[in-house]
Amino acid sequence: MFLQQLINGIALGSTYALIALGYTMVYGIIALINFAHGEIFMAGAFVGLLMVGYFKMNLFLAMLCSMLFCMVMGVVIEFLAYRPLRKSSRLSALISAIGVSIFLSSLAMMIFGANAKGFPDTAFQSRQIHIGSGDISTLQILIIGVSALLMLALEFIVQKTKIGKAMRATSEDYSTASLMGINVNFVISFTFALGSALAAAGGVLVGVLFNSVSFNMGLMAGLKAFAAAVLGGIGSIPGAMLGGLFLGVAEVTGVAVGYSSYRDAIAFAILVLVLLVRPTGLLGSKIQKKV
Amino acid sequence: MLTVENISVNYGAIRALHNINCGVDEGEIVALIGANGAGKTTILNTISGIVPSISGVITFEDAEITRMAPHLIVRKGICQVPEGRRVFAKMSVQENLEMGGFTLESKQEIAEGIERAFTLFPRLAERRKQAARTLSGGEQQMLAMGRALMSKPRLLLLDEPSMGLAPMLVEKIFEIIVDINRSGTTIMLVEQNALMALSIANRAYVLETGEIALAGAASELASNPDVRKAYLGE
Repeated sequence: MFLQQLINGIALGSTYALIALGYTMVYGIIALINFAHGEIFMAGAFVGLLMVGYFKMNLFLAMLCSMLFCMVMGVVIEFLAYRPLRKSSRLSALISAIGVSIFLSSLAMMIFGANAKGFPDTAFQSRQIHIGSGDISTLQILIIGVSALLMLALEFIVQKTKIGKAMRATSEDYSTASLMGINVNFVISFTFALGSALAAAGGVLVGVLFNSVSFNMGLMAGLKAFAAAVLGGIGSIPGAMLGGLFLGVAEVTGVAVGYSSYRDAIAFAILVLVLLVRPTGLLGSKIQKKV
Repeated sequence: MLTVENISVNYGAIRALHNINCGVDEGEIVALIGANGAGKTTILNTISGIVPSISGVITFEDAEITRMAPHLIVRKGICQVPEGRRVFAKMSVQENLEMGGFTLESKQEIAEGIERAFTLFPRLAERRKQAARTLSGGEQQMLAMGRALMSKPRLLLLDEPSMGLAPMLVEKIFEIIVDINRSGTTIMLVEQNALMALSIANRAYVLETGEIALAGAASELASNPDVRKAYLGE
């Protein structure tokens, strides 16, 4: 019973973690909560659905296309909606982000209609595998595997590559990074591209998991992933991974012990608790005001 | 080498710099001295492209760099060690140096640059893997200078290198500045410690509320009664 919930929770939590990473990376670099991030996740799910449904691609290829599409989308959103507001107050940028979010979900409703759409059965044929006292489906293995692989790739990029180190430098000190010869605008675009690619992958995985893709799916998933990012410590990459997994397990456990009607409330109850008890989150650091 | 002509800078409605004219010749050490808030740091940040000027022209080696993006100015050969050192606290000493060498193309050049920094500042070599925030103030100053030298600048801008350091360490840092200059890097130095700055500089400018009040050879300024009264504590 417990093992089963853990498996289900980790599978769900990995998708939250994928989305949460985008929030935390963008916040780390320009101190903006990108509220349009949930809609990028939604767009990723739709692109994946189109690739599988109309172009008859296999799921992995569809996911790759969706990631590429959303990378471009993330970069364009940053360029049009946030860059002109870079020097104004963070509140203006936040309002702009909410505007982009509403615009994108309305646009998706106009294009795809208000009804939820499902992936065709042929997209992924899931089987159950017994392990110990629990079952794990091949779909869950796929979700956990793809998420883990993407997070490892991200960790490698951020820790070991030149552009990843430039991301860390820029997130620590924007103007000093530019004094090193780092093109901070490029680094910011790159950050949006990375975060959006992860959200797109999450969108396709969630679309297959619940067999449902709709114009408003970005809202709740985005808010929960935001809660996960805050839980882990906003700005911290390992924090977002941990927060996502924790939230997934908490939600599934909550449902299993009988609070299924509070399913969506669990994430936000945890968010409120974290903000009360430990405002910096699990792995977050105190923000030091620079003089 | 560097010419700053009629530069004015505003911060909102406040005028920070007013018609500044100054310059640096190849091989020199030039000091900018003056009280807090006189605009010394603003001059360096305007040259580096971090603060936009509202009028005036800055030329470096016959090319105009006014309002050029900061990262492109670094590629032209000007690098700044900012006030308060501003090392990347969460990154290791090695990674900080790598960031200084961001504009270098090959891995070998970066490795050579890091070796040069370690020869100049052996203390950094011992702390290679440590996060920069664990270094002492003096070590952080060394790291900030080593980091700036990574891009092989022809003009090095130093902002308050003595700030917050013990007198012994200040002496040491200034000796190193002279060494860096002797090995062929031109230096523009901003200092509140006017005595130290004038002792190593060839020429100096005295700034008062956003304007250049005095300019001349460092030795002349050091013996000027007004300067001695205002900045050397006499």
